[in-house]
Amino acid sequence: MADRLVPVLVALGGFLGATSRYLLGTVVAGSEGTLLANVLGSFVLALAIGVVRSTRLRFFLMTGLLSSFTTYSTFAAETASLGPALGAANVAANYALGFAAAFVGLVAGRRWT
Amino acid sequence: MTGSFAVLVGSLPLPLLVGLGGALGALGRYAADAALGGGRRSTVAVNVIGSVALGALVASSPSDATLALAGTGFCGAFTTFSSFAVNVVRAADTGDYRLAAADALGTLATALLGVGIGWWLAGFW
Repeated sequence: MADRLVPVLVALGGFLGATSRYLLGTVVAGSEGTLLANVLGSFVLALAIGVVRSTRLRFFLMTGLLSSFTTYSTFAAETASLGPALGAANVAANYALGFAAAFVGLVAGRRWT
Repeated sequence: MTGSFAVLVGSLPLPLLVGLGGALGALGRYAADAALGGGRRSTVAVNVIGSVALGALVASSPSDATLALAGTGFCGAFTTFSSFAVNVVRAADTGDYRLAAADALGTLATALLGVGIGWWLAGFW
């Protein structure tokens, strides 16, 4: 862990991931945009686990970009503000689609190698 | 935020503020991974702490610039859904459905409670 470039790569990935989520939110607003970011990011992160070998690229892409592109706090705050019925639907959509995306990504990543 | 810092922040475009907050949020999560040893425990910790912080922020009626920097940027990037989803799916994949359910439902319950606690705490400011 003596690689001094790693924190820089994490920060750069975080910059790009958060900005991408914001820009996606300008196209698909509100909880639907967050859902899309979470599902897309979960698939790519799961895929990257099996595919990406470089340690530096893993920190940039996984710890930095993809983990920042997806978000739990915004999802939780939006769920709370939606009220019981829509909030439950938001949880169901994020969990069902997010877990399915992560599963497909993990399986695809295993087949790749 | 007050004084010249607020003036500076208010003058920057929102996507840049989100990016700067996101860079700091990712670094904060990286530091939490280092302190807690990474893995499931780190993911749960950042998601709950970040949800408390976002709840408090939203309740304090922030400006657009503050919300972009600290909310969408920092809290959004400090917390993560993708690592959480992979943790849950991996637990289920190894047959540990109890752990998968505990992670999925435990994170949801504590994060929602965290948003509420943050909201409540903001009343003291």
